[in-house]
Order: sequence, then structure tokens, then C-alpha cells
Amino acid sequence: MNMINWHGVWSIFHHEMMRFFRTIWQSLASPVVSTVLYFVVFGAAIGGRIQSVEGVPYGAFIVPGLMMLTVLQQAVSNASFGIYFPKFSGTIYEYLVSPVGWVEVTLGFVGAAATKAILIALVILLTSFAFVGVHILHPFWMIAFLLLSAVGFSLLGFIIGLWAKSFEQLQIVPMMVIMPLVFLGGAFYSASMLPPFWGAVAKLNPVLYLISGFRWAFFGLADVPVGASLVAVGLMVIVCMAIIRWIFATGWRLRE
Amino acid sequence: MSAIIEIDHLSKQYGSGTKALDDVSLTIEEGEIIALLGPNGAGKTTMISIICGLVVPTGGTVRVGGHDIRTDWRAARKMIGLVPQEIALEPFEKVINCVRFTRRLYGLPNDDAYIERILRALSLWDKRDAATRELSGGMKRRVLIAKALSHNPKVLFLDEPTAGVDVALRREMWEVVDDLRREGVTIILTTHYLEEAEEMADRVGVIAKGQLLLVRPTAELMGEFGRKTLTIELDAPLDGIPADMADANLTLSDDGRKLAFDYDTKAERTGIARLLGELAARDITVRDVSTRQSSLEEVFISLVNESENAA
Repeated sequence: MNMINWHGVWSIFHHEMMRFFRTIWQSLASPVVSTVLYFVVFGAAIGGRIQSVEGVPYGAFIVPGLMMLTVLQQAVSNASFGIYFPKFSGTIYEYLVSPVGWVEVTLGFVGAAATKAILIALVILLTSFAFVGVHILHPFWMIAFLLLSAVGFSLLGFIIGLWAKSFEQLQIVPMMVIMPLVFLGGAFYSASMLPPFWGAVAKLNPVLYLISGFRWAFFGLADVPVGASLVAVGLMVIVCMAIIRWIFATGWRLRE
Repeated sequence: MSAIIEIDHLSKQYGSGTKALDDVSLTIEEGEIIALLGPNGAGKTTMISIICGLVVPTGGTVRVGGHDIRTDWRAARKMIGLVPQEIALEPFEKVINCVRFTRRLYGLPNDDAYIERILRALSLWDKRDAATRELSGGMKRRVLIAKALSHNPKVLFLDEPTAGVDVALRREMWEVVDDLRREGVTIILTTHYLEEAEEMADRVGVIAKGQLLLVRPTAELMGEFGRKTLTIELDAPLDGIPADMADANLTLSDDGRKLAFDYDTKAERTGIARLLGELAARDITVRDVSTRQSSLEEVFISLVNESENAA
């Protein structure tokens, strides 16, 4: 029975976190500035016209969506860059010749990417307190959805990093797929505000389930049942892990 | 000595049909240094890559320290250190952190005393806090060696370790390898600098077209395949080789003062005594004689040519 090499996991996790802390101010400044801009544009400008959504002030209503937008972007970009960079620089050989398997490599990179995404999301939450009053109805579930979403999208980012053969490919999925899914997933509105047809289409978007569950943890409001949100994010984690395991077992884009 | 690496009928065929390794078997003893020689694309790096876990074989088995590289890969890999052909380092990372990182990757806790010893041995201690991108090519290669040694491996693979480094540094590398030999580390190296194999290796393996043509002790190989050249310095210059000695396998230098005679050290009679006798009979006075053994490069080219002719 092969035991997990925890020193190996820590080595990768620590190495990735050190990269984050080396550029801590750039890492934090960018999402904080973006959040402030979102509050100004959506909260002040649009919020002036939309007083509340289902009883929640619009400024507060967009906080979970903003947090989820950042978590998803950060998780995908950190995890994809984390594994792509060793491929680009050639240092990937170290992971392949050392006694670490797919579990250790995934735990290290995905753990670090999810941690960074959660840290930034919490900074955004703190920033939002400066603009709106936010009350968290279910703090445990808020943390659970935050954690699961960060892990799920870090796993997705990790797959993108394994797949990518160039920096262009690394950028294209977050830009062309993740961003639209988040914007169309109810980050800044409730799916109930959409016409029935588009409301049904929106339910095909997996990100809607994450944002809905996360918003429910804040305000008790959900576009889809909370159980469905949990199943969606749980499924995403399982499918991504199965894909990663297959990549490491076959060596696709790794040992070529 | 006991076997530390056992390679048994190892093969690798790529999807395109290219056979990179064809039924290679080899046993490497603990503590020895073996050099793998071969032209580009011969299969040297493929063989190293399979043993280290970078490439999956299509046939055969490899055991490192008794551990199968596929079924007991964690134990096998813990025994191995690899210095790759290409310099691959995190450009913004400090030297000491690079080495610490690798050690932990191998499942060991940090040990700064041991890492200091390695960095000092490789003359990198003063550069421990420098980012790797600030180092010269030779220093970067030494960082790769330090990383490969960070977990105290029993077997070290050096894939073209001195490619692109200057002569002084190459000598320095040889000294490092010599120190490792004294510590009992088994070393497998591939190289294009054939004097490197001649200088360092206990045994030489020649690979061509995915096949291991032979593995012999370096000295035995040189003795068996090595030809020697006898250079005869003459007292007075000659206008040409005497006509009745045209079949004597002699070459005259441009200034007419030196005769070169190639002979086979394996032959029962080398012909040296007869040649010197014939020169004396023609009143050609010899001032000095010297011999030069053919280099491993010449031996290697001869072996590969033989293999190609046989195919």
C-alpha cells in the first residue's frame, strides 16, 4: 500500500504559497481594486435604480456574486499557472521522477490555489463591509460553499494547466468560458429576474448553482435548491479528480 | 558488490512505431560509475528516462535496489537522483530553497546541515541566497546536481552533465563525481565528451539504434579495441617512404621528419620490431619514438560502424 508523501505535498503547497506571498500586494491589490469598481458601477450606479432584490439591498445582494466571481477567476488562474509554469520551464521533471503521485501533486497545487482564492475572497468580503452592510445568515455553509467552489475550480484550473501547451491556451478558457459562465450565472442578478425561457437556460449553467448556494448562505435566498447546489459542486470535484487521475495514469501532456 | 540496477529485456516503442529501446538488459553494480555512449537518438536518454519514471516502457522490467520501478515506484524513486540534460530551474527561486524543495519532495524533512554540506561541496554556499536566474550556466548545472543529491540518493543519473560548460568547470565536475564515487554513490552518466567516460567510468556501455552493443570495463575496452600509433622521429628528413616499404602501413609527415605507424595492440605481432629493423637496414637513423593510444571516441565510432555494417 502506497502511503501519501505528506512532505511532498507540503513542499509543493509551500512553494506555491511562497510565490503568492512574494507578490502579495499585487495579488491582493488587483482584486480589491476590481471589487471597489464593481461596487461603484453596480452598487452605486445600478443600485440607485434597483433598490432591492427579494428584500435584500442591491449593494449587499451582489457581494456573494462578486466573491464567487473572484474565487472562480483566482482558483482557475492560480491552479492553471501553478502547474503550467513547471511545464514551461522544464522543472515538471522533478514531480515526475520524485516519489509523489497524482494525489500529492494535486493536493499541493490545488490546495495552494484554493487557499489563495479563499484568502482573496475574504479580503473582498472585508472590503465590501466598507460599502454595504452584509449579514451572513449561515456562516458554516458560506465557508463550505466557498471551500468547495475554490477546490472545484482549482481542480478545473489544474486540468487547464495540464492541457495547455502555450500561455495563449492558458488564458483562453478562463476568458472565453469561465468569465461568461459567472456573468450569466447570476453574479449580479437573481435568475428569477429573467424571463422564463432564459431562466430555464440559466439553470444549465453549473456556476448558477454555486452562486445560488453561496447567496443562500448569506441571505437565505436561492435560485435553485441548496441540495442541488451541493450536488453540482460535489460532482464537479469528483469529475475533475477523475480526469486528473487519468492524465497522470496515461501521462497525457505530461510524459510526452 | 551487489547489483543495484537490474534492467531486464527493456523495450520502448513509441506510438509512431519508432523503437527507442530494443530488448536491453544490463546489471549495474553498487558503487560503480558506468558511462553510456551513443550517437543522438541512440536511446541513452530514453533508458535513463524509463528508470527515473519519466517514460513508461512498453516491455521488460527495471529494478532499483530490488524495487520494481512500476509496482514499487515510490521506494525505487527514493533511491534515485537525476541531473537532466536541459537546465531546468525556477528562475526566481533562491538556490537554497530549490534544494530544500527537492529534498521535501522526496519525503524527507528539511535538513539545513546536510544541504549546507552539499552546497559547500559544490562551491554554491556563497550563492545560496541568489535567485537561480542570476547564476552562470555552470553554476546552474551545479544547482541541478545539488538538487539531485538533496535526498542522499544511492544512484545518480547524470544526463550529459558537462554539456556546454567550460574546460575548467568540466574538470571541477569530474572532481565532484570522483567525490561521490568515494562516498559509494552509483553513477550512470551519458556524455558526448568521450574523454569524460574514459576519465571517470569503470565501465562503458555503447548504445546505437536502441540496442546495447556492449558493456565492458573501460580499460578492457580500450585494450581490446584500442589501436595505437607509433610515431618515429627521424634524424634526417626523408623525401618519401622507401619504395620497398610501401606496404608497411607508414605515413610520412609533410616535413619528412616523422613516420607514423598504426598497429593493433591485440595482434600477436605488432610489427614494431620488424619495422625498426628495416629502417636500420636502410641506414635511416631514429632519433625518438612515441606511442599514442586511440581515444574512446575512435573506439566508439569503430563499434557503431561495425554494428551498422552488420545490420
